[in-house]
Amino acid sequence: MSKDLSVTVAGVRFPNPVIAASGTYGFGQDYTDLYPLNKLGGISCKGTTLEPRNGNPAPRIAETPAGMLNSVGLQNPGIDMFITGYLPQLKKDGNVIIANIAGATLDDYKQAVERLDSTDVDMIELNISCPNVKQGGASWGVTCDGAAAVTKTVRAVTKKPLMVKLTPNVTNIVDIAKAVEAEGADCLSLINTLLGMRIDIRTRRPILKNNVGGFSGPAVFPVALRMVWQVANAVDIDVVGMGGITTAADAIEMMMAGAKAIQMGTAIFTDPYSPLKVIDGLEKYMEENDLNSLEEIVGTVQPW
Amino acid sequence: MAFFCDEFPIVERSEIASGIFSYVIHCPSVALAAKAGQFVHIRAEGYTLRRPISICEINREKGTIRIVFEVRGNGTDKLSQLEAGKKMDMIAPLGNGFTIKEIPSDKTVIVIGGGIGVPPMLGTAAEYTDNKVKAVLGFRNKDRVILEEDFKRVGAETAVCTDDGSYGEKGLVTFPLIEELERGKTAMIYACGPTPMLKAVINTARVYNIPCEVSLEQRMACGVGACVGCACNIRKGGRDFVLRVCKDGPVFKAEEVVL
Repeated sequence: MSKDLSVTVAGVRFPNPVIAASGTYGFGQDYTDLYPLNKLGGISCKGTTLEPRNGNPAPRIAETPAGMLNSVGLQNPGIDMFITGYLPQLKKDGNVIIANIAGATLDDYKQAVERLDSTDVDMIELNISCPNVKQGGASWGVTCDGAAAVTKTVRAVTKKPLMVKLTPNVTNIVDIAKAVEAEGADCLSLINTLLGMRIDIRTRRPILKNNVGGFSGPAVFPVALRMVWQVANAVDIDVVGMGGITTAADAIEMMMAGAKAIQMGTAIFTDPYSPLKVIDGLEKYMEENDLNSLEEIVGTVQPW
Repeated sequence: MAFFCDEFPIVERSEIASGIFSYVIHCPSVALAAKAGQFVHIRAEGYTLRRPISICEINREKGTIRIVFEVRGNGTDKLSQLEAGKKMDMIAPLGNGFTIKEIPSDKTVIVIGGGIGVPPMLGTAAEYTDNKVKAVLGFRNKDRVILEEDFKRVGAETAVCTDDGSYGEKGLVTFPLIEELERGKTAMIYACGPTPMLKAVINTARVYNIPCEVSLEQRMACGVGACVGCACNIRKGGRDFVLRVCKDGPVFKAEEVVL
């Protein structure tokens, strides 16, 4: 009856392909009243920088049809606090623990990753695509040269599996993906949020104090799916798909488009149990289709 | 501070003022864990983000909580259409709640609510018995007045103010507040309401040197502390912090709040 849902991404085995997306699950401690962290295949922790950051002024959240905007702006306790304060508990409670690292300068990335290299974190996700911070990574992620430079810098100081998270706010995401692959990334994750905006028509002010913010949720799923499909077809390294995944059917679509694992974020805000429902749905799909491994469906979409 | 996420049956629904709804929900686990000043995070079908609504009253014997909210947009409108007998999908109870204190027999506490900030003050008032609590409630006008009888029912000596004088005293909640503080019997002030009201209450509490707690509001996503969306500025011991309204609050010490 019970199926093996495990997948392997960049050599790292995930007991199931459902990962909590960075920025939506904190450091894994906030939902443990509802279910243990080890139900999830992995967790990508809140974007962390070399030094602590206070983030952007509030309001940082706005709702949209079938989605939301956020302009949190990388509020985090800094890399040292992550390593000493959160990582030990995460390793005890969870499966695959992914540190998500952002920075303003190449040296920020280098120093933060150097400190992680000697820890037992399982994987490092490079955030070169936060839309909410000037030089909070976004400026690196929007050009091939920038994305390549960060990847190269970090690759030189760590042997940890390296996942680079791509922004959709570019002309051609495939070019960025190839540039990152060429500098030694072990896998890619995409998409980060799309840059968006909402205005309060009574006050004529943007709802977000930052004016603009990252757009996520079910509304972005088709865009994410398309980009994952394009990127997965263009690179040889593994791809982790995210962007609006809410149901097991969404996750299966994303895997058929070429993702070996998926990340969920905004759906957790709507329903904290949604990742578990996706995992159950994936198992059911395996049974119904007599699959031995979910990897059998990865990239199997047959385009017209 | 355990919380739950489940669908709980609605026992009672009523519209207590135009566009303001009261719900009693059967949720024994939540009622048992809940404290005055905490909130529930309700899923509105078809909407991405849940709506944070403060807990108005807790009845542990009956295993129920009561919430009161105003229809502000499409999401709360959707929520207000839920009939008795249907279920409410809630994450609850969330946040820290007000600090309830032992106070000397000759002292009293004051609860202050403004507009839709009034509901959480009812449960707070109910924590104090033996005529120990004074309530000051402010509303825009007579049509917006809610819960006055409920405050009297839980034993609070209740003063109502309206901005236009169409009911109770005309003017701001700070006038009856200062009147009461002048009597020198106040041990503690609790407040929830719009930012200008909170600022006035915080300043008044400072002038009279009375401990004060306020409940803050902010646009929220997860409600449990994970997303860091609902930031507020807090100053403690000369240092500035950005904290989460949902998990570190919604109740903060007045002297630490930067509004």
